[in-house]
Amino acid sequence: MKGTLGRIVRIFVTCSIKIISLLFAVSIISFVLVTVSPIDPVQQYILGLGTAISPEKRAQIEDYWGVNEPPVERYFTWLTELLRGNLGESAIYRRPVADIIGERFVNSFALMFCAWLFSGVIGFALGCIMGMYRGKLPDKILKKVCYILSSVPMFWLGLLFLLIFAVWLRWFPIGFSSPVGVLSENVTLWQKIHHLILPAFTLSLMSFANIALHTRQKLVDVMNSEYVLFAKARGEGQWTILRRHGLRNILLPALTLQFASFAELFGGSVMAENVFSYPGLGSAVSAAGLQGDVPLLLGVTLFSAMFVCVGNMIANLLYGVVDPQIREVGE
Amino acid sequence: MKSLNHRTKVVILTAVMFVLLVAVYACGILISEEAVTGSFLNAKRPPCLEHPFGTDALGRDLFLRTLKGLSVSITVGLVASLISAVIAVLVGIAAANGSKWVDALINWIIDLVMSVPHTILIILISFALGRGLKGLLMGIAATHWCSLARLIRGEVLQLRSQQYVAVSRKLGKSSGWILTNHLLPHLVPQFFVGLILMFPHAILHEASISFLGFGLPPEQPAIGIILSESMRYLSTGMWWIAVLPGLTLVLIVLLIDKFGDHLRMILDPYSAQE
Repeated sequence: MKGTLGRIVRIFVTCSIKIISLLFAVSIISFVLVTVSPIDPVQQYILGLGTAISPEKRAQIEDYWGVNEPPVERYFTWLTELLRGNLGESAIYRRPVADIIGERFVNSFALMFCAWLFSGVIGFALGCIMGMYRGKLPDKILKKVCYILSSVPMFWLGLLFLLIFAVWLRWFPIGFSSPVGVLSENVTLWQKIHHLILPAFTLSLMSFANIALHTRQKLVDVMNSEYVLFAKARGEGQWTILRRHGLRNILLPALTLQFASFAELFGGSVMAENVFSYPGLGSAVSAAGLQGDVPLLLGVTLFSAMFVCVGNMIANLLYGVVDPQIREVGE
Repeated sequence: MKSLNHRTKVVILTAVMFVLLVAVYACGILISEEAVTGSFLNAKRPPCLEHPFGTDALGRDLFLRTLKGLSVSITVGLVASLISAVIAVLVGIAAANGSKWVDALINWIIDLVMSVPHTILIILISFALGRGLKGLLMGIAATHWCSLARLIRGEVLQLRSQQYVAVSRKLGKSSGWILTNHLLPHLVPQFFVGLILMFPHAILHEASISFLGFGLPPEQPAIGIILSESMRYLSTGMWWIAVLPGLTLVLIVLLIDKFGDHLRMILDPYSAQE
């Protein structure tokens, strides 16, 4: 047990060092990218004000933002503020970026968590079914479905769902995370869930094919093994074999894969939130990019990198510590 | 059909798919600009014989716009995946042939690219290059090379442990000679297969990013732009703007995917003679 604890600490430390180096690099690269951009944030800020301003006032804003300082100096100013927890002020929302990210991440988190859970459960179940009926009709049909789904752009699927379930059947609202015109304190939990179902379902469809195909492959490998042959010879039924030998071998790889897919999940949520006008980080980042809101763009980029890194770290921990096969080898 | 063996069938099927793709591409190029500028007189028509996909709110024929958009998508997808595949080969070879230090650095860079969601990274790159086609191309090219580079690195490492490479080295051949004569020929099929497998991903990313508004300018007929316009008319029941162009995109992506699969079957020496 002591060895396991040591391994957890070791993986945790190496991962943390790597994450810090990666985040540092992401901050430099994203800063360079927005610096070389021909899109002028000051101009965008002034456009956002909605009124014409004098050149003196403009110079004042430029001075306040420090646009005319050399980029390296600007980077270090930004970095020191960042380390203090100050991400700057968003130009389009006129509020601190950290507040916006915190507030919108709650929405995004609800969306991504539902989609993540749903795609994991459905994908795993379908993978099990495909593996149990390998080569037979259910397997063939599900495999086709999975392949086709991975060729379908997720946002188009979202549009179709909007059309069918929101416009024609009127089961779900067209967008947003709560009804329009209702004060935020009067929104009930059911209304929130009602607004969440369609985007979360769309987002989960994006990733379940991957996990289903992966699980199928693992299960097929298990079912072809000698110990399953022995189990069959002992007279165990198909589903008993799945429960006793299959699940133990395939659950952990599937879970690892699911944690390692945080990047796609976040990328997908950008699309889903834009289709469903859902007020999360994804719609904030595309609005920031389109309207030249540099602080918000940088903030969300860093946050997304952090999110992905945490997912990868959990995947590494699961893979290296919980998996008995790897653990034995490691010891 | 009995006289045809499996390989011949696959070759014929691949050729047919190739012709289809080229036909779609050529149609898109050949359609003139006037054909897609419609008049308000026949705006918002549902699909009919004259306009198979209907018309949009400005009266433009959606079928022609979709075809034109597809040819743009194919161009963007092909160029971006070509750049990406070249990067992947160079990086993969460098990682496998260089010192441990280079390998570690390249692995770290791959981790770096993977640590930011692709959509966000493409948005950033597109923002850096002032949006438009160039940003889109660079963004897609910069995000898609990682997995192929890892694959090629593994392949090169495996090839380098082969006996003929060891013999070659003992015979005093330089590593450059070994690279061009022993390693690169093995990587050619990998390169093409990787390129074609990347192709549909690149097209899907192009459509998504254009949909968000970071890719092509709004007057350009691109699938992503048509679909993002369709958002405005969804609630008024103009379903054809969203459904039909998207469906065509899916069909083209599936076609390219199948094409890549078949090409791999032909190119891969292990399955070529089945």
